[in-house]
Amino acid sequence: MHFRSQLDVFTNKVALTFKKSDMSKPIIIVIGNGMVGYKFCEKLVAKSTSFKIIVFGEEPRSAYDRVHLSEYFNGKSADDLSLAPVSWYAEHDIALHLNDPIQEINRTDKTIHSLKGITLKYDYLVMATGSSAFVPDIPGIEKNGVFVYRTIEDLELIKAYAATAKNGAVMGGGLLGLEAAKALIDLGIKETHVIEFAPRLMPRQIDSAGSGTLQSKLRQLGVTIHLNKSTAAIAGEHKIEALHFTDETSLAVDMLVISAGIRPRDELAKLAGLHTGTRGGIIVNEKMQTNDEFIFAIGECALYDGMIYGLVAPGYDMAEVVVTYLTAGEKSFYGYDMSTKLKLIGVDVASFGDCFITEPDCRTIVFEDTHKGVYKRINISNDGKYLLGGILVGEADAYHILLQTVNNKIVLPPNPEDLILGSRGGEANEGAGVMSLPDEALVCSCEAVSKATICSAVNEGATSIDALKKCTKAATSCGGCMPLVKDLIAGTLKAGGQYIKNVICEHFDYSRQELYDLVKINKLKNYDLVLDHFGKGDGCEVCKPVVASILSSLWNDVIVKQDTIQDSNDRYLANIQKGGTYSVVPRIPGGEITPDKLIVIGQVAKKYGLYTKITGGQRIDLFGAHINDLPDIWEELIDAGFESGHAYGKALRTVKSCVGSTWCRFGLHDSVSFAIEIEDRYKGIRSPHKLKGGVSGCVRECAEAQAKDFGIIATERGWNLFICGNGGSKPQHAQLLATDIDNETCIKYLDRFLMFYIKTADPLTRTATWLNKMDGGMSYLKNVIINDSLGINEQLEEEMQALVNTYHCEWKEVVENPDLRKRFAHFVNAPDEKDPQVKFEPMREQVKAKW
Amino acid sequence: METITNIEWVLACYTDDVPANGGACMKHGNEQIAIFNFSRRNEWYATQNLCPHKQQMALSRGMIGSTGDDCTPKIACPFHKKTFSLINGECLSGEEYQLKTYPVKVENGKVYIGIV
Ligand code: SRM
Ligand SMILES: Cc1cc2nc3c(=O)[nH]c(=O)nc-3n(C[C@H](O)[C@H](O)[C@H](O)COP(=O)(O)OP(=O)(O)OC[C@H]3O[C@@H](n4cnc5c(N)ncnc54)[C@H](O)[C@@H]3O)c2cc1C
Ligand code: SF4
Ligand code: FES
Repeated sequence: MHFRSQLDVFTNKVALTFKKSDMSKPIIIVIGNGMVGYKFCEKLVAKSTSFKIIVFGEEPRSAYDRVHLSEYFNGKSADDLSLAPVSWYAEHDIALHLNDPIQEINRTDKTIHSLKGITLKYDYLVMATGSSAFVPDIPGIEKNGVFVYRTIEDLELIKAYAATAKNGAVMGGGLLGLEAAKALIDLGIKETHVIEFAPRLMPRQIDSAGSGTLQSKLRQLGVTIHLNKSTAAIAGEHKIEALHFTDETSLAVDMLVISAGIRPRDELAKLAGLHTGTRGGIIVNEKMQTNDEFIFAIGECALYDGMIYGLVAPGYDMAEVVVTYLTAGEKSFYGYDMSTKLKLIGVDVASFGDCFITEPDCRTIVFEDTHKGVYKRINISNDGKYLLGGILVGEADAYHILLQTVNNKIVLPPNPEDLILGSRGGEANEGAGVMSLPDEALVCSCEAVSKATICSAVNEGATSIDALKKCTKAATSCGGCMPLVKDLIAGTLKAGGQYIKNVICEHFDYSRQELYDLVKINKLKNYDLVLDHFGKGDGCEVCKPVVASILSSLWNDVIVKQDTIQDSNDRYLANIQKGGTYSVVPRIPGGEITPDKLIVIGQVAKKYGLYTKITGGQRIDLFGAHINDLPDIWEELIDAGFESGHAYGKALRTVKSCVGSTWCRFGLHDSVSFAIEIEDRYKGIRSPHKLKGGVSGCVRECAEAQAKDFGIIATERGWNLFICGNGGSKPQHAQLLATDIDNETCIKYLDRFLMFYIKTADPLTRTATWLNKMDGGMSYLKNVIINDSLGINEQLEEEMQALVNTYHCEWKEVVENPDLRKRFAHFVNAPDEKDPQVKFEPMREQVKAKW
Repeated sequence: METITNIEWVLACYTDDVPANGGACMKHGNEQIAIFNFSRRNEWYATQNLCPHKQQMALSRGMIGSTGDDCTPKIACPFHKKTFSLINGECLSGEEYQLKTYPVKVENGKVYIGIV
């Protein structure tokens, strides 16, 4: 036989190149250098050096993170995705043969033979050949423009082809199919379709109600879903042009990604006479052994108890089982939890435990909000004690803790609906917190790290995520457990009585609140002094603006006197925009403006060639100003009675008003006058983040006050005051602080609230986030503001009054001060010349920056 | 060494034209050069004014500072706060950008930039 004789030559040759000590080591050959094959090597070298490991991989590169494959389209490179560099294998004395698939196994002689002609002897063989995309046998499937989604090479092909495609389809609406659809959108495909054979999306993970919610969410992302569709043929000359379906309809597409399931790579095993399942997969026992005791199969190619596990965590567990076996330990594989969370950016989807079980075998609680696109279902044991499983669509923050609750059979709290609704009584959540998990709870399933391991590492000093990753490996694989791990760090530190500190940066070992107090007590007035007293090094772009904000919240001096510690926008008292121009926003308190002032804005805009737009905050923004022009522009505005609008600062922006009782037939009080009074009171005050307010004349709420940091709504008897609302990317309604109060009380509460926030919030934390993180939440804050539980209200009011009394328009200060004015030049050696890079082009009847 | 002999020293500005611990931008032909007065350390640096991240002419308007145990002086771009070493122009935010740097000389209250 041809390769028998060759074999002897090769085994001798290879044996000769081994180090002496290797000669006696048993040889393990790993077939497949995918995620699980790599993990096997990593686990084995960590446990033992008494084996010689040889790896064969079919792909041209060493193992990479397939789970995060889609990030290749979001700017991650192949190197970023790599699990370990090629040098890692050499360092651990592992021989790595890439681009060289194994073609034959000779079980009698215990040898393998590769495509490039290498023949080697093995003592143990580990098959980690993974799976390939299942490609259905549809006429036309071989046409150009039809792809699968499995390897980096596949993605490179898709990317190149997508450049010329306008519309694309994904065949298969499962976990991977939806991920592929999102990838097509990210690649700029205008029209993306998902074709699913079943009557719902993700049929293995979610029920039809969940699928309904998911569908409408996906529609918003720009994906069109076709259910109950089976493809009959792929039409087109050479390349795909349309899909024909069995119901006689068709869809024109330029490209197709097939994601119709996976097929275990068992062809090599079959050839070698290993037992395989009828629908594919290498049959293994609980030790991952095939019917040949020297050959193991792990990962997506292994069929255990009639099941292929298409996820990475069970594959890692299988690798651990084989490593334990080889190093004479005891561990078996008994199936694995298939709970999953979809990583599709934009829509949260998760399912866990027994998600499809229905009544009467369990009790089901369903929460559905079609407006927000949220669907949640939990299945509870009939005695109400245990969580069995569930489905989350649209909002899956609770996934990890719910999964833990199922896996660890944690007894449910009396109102299990709180698990998906959040507790609504304002009181702290009981029972479901991370610290109540049992010690053996598996927190990171990829790396099999328990709660106990994490907590003891934290107690031994690994108090940061990075340190913890290093010593426990938790959160290093899929990263899904990161939120739980973070909570565990915080919880453990707190339980140990340690103070959890958010230090500002490498230069200041203090939280913002601590530094605020230190600067105040020591009466420090500039950044260098603060750094000399309490910091180290030369500062940076993180601590400089934090200290700048503290200094102005305390002393309210003209901020441009210390211009180089300000964020760029604060330094030039204007927002820097695309191309390096600036915007100008004069204050228009409450949104009320006279015709004369409107005319001045128009004249100034015309004179300096500025683009004008009404903002979402009821005022006017003038864009496209050259830095050199800023002082002149402001001089004209100030002459006409305008002041800075602080649109550039972490400060009060606008107090939005509705027209109120002066004109509106429903108005209960004069909301405009009150909004102006409040805006004038707090204008210019620097805070940890920007502040916005609103005043509405009645419950119709036309000023959207409940979306603001503070919102005031007229009642028959006075005002209702709401605080800590937020618009932006994570909208949150403001919460009621006090009802039916008069103007004076309202301002008193606002003084206390704002000053307390200014003193205690972390940098760049809006009031809503500040409240969310506050121990005791709204009831605590209410107690501080209304009942003076900390005994600081008098002081808060005084401090606020001091800030109000020292108000100055910072643009006026600049306009009137030649030295400060001089700073507004682009070229230091040609102060009158404007930045030649700045260019405009016409748009409608105005201009826009070209860049 | 030829690199030194070939340097042409160009007068940029007076020392007090550049704010303490801050930057200013100089025009040299069609080039824009950012000059930094690191007065806390009594050092001067110069780099290209163009931020390589999104091609914004803005580095001179950024914040300076230092990082690491050896206090590497750095500049943070005002646009997206990518940071760069003032010593060799290397991007410190883990990306493959590189700034051009220039030697600076201060004599009699005047700041000169070395053009190679
Ligand atoms: C001009 C304006 C858009 C418009 O044309 O209407 C605008 C423009 C900007 N917004 Fe805004 N926002 C504007 C109203 C809003 C609103 C609506 C409102 O205030 O009623 C919101 C949601 C409400 C809220 O803040 O809760 C809003 C939420 C944001 C956010 C997200 C804040 C958050 O907490 O998530 C940012 C980003 C940030 O601050 O970090 C932002 C940041 C910005 C920046 C500063 C981004 C930047 O750095 O360049 C934009 C500056 C434009 C400029 O050069 O002047 N803008 N922005 C609006 C100016 C209002 C004003 O008169 O001052
Ligand atoms: C886009 C995408 C997203 C995913 N998202 C998730 C997720 O969110 N969560 C999750 O848990 N899982 C996810 N998965 C699944 C996960 O990637 C797999 O479970 C995991 O990669 C399986 O590892 P494996 O080593 O068994 O197989 P693979 O990683 O496929 O590795 C097998 C390797 O063996 C090679 N090979 C095959 N035959 C031979 C041979 N004869 N000789 C040599 N080499 C051979 C193959 O070329 C391949 O490189 C995702 C997969 C994809 C494609
Ligand atoms: S929504 Fe975004 S793009 Fe629009 S103004 Fe606000 S920050 Fe700018
Ligand atoms: S343009 Fe400089 S950091 Fe983005």
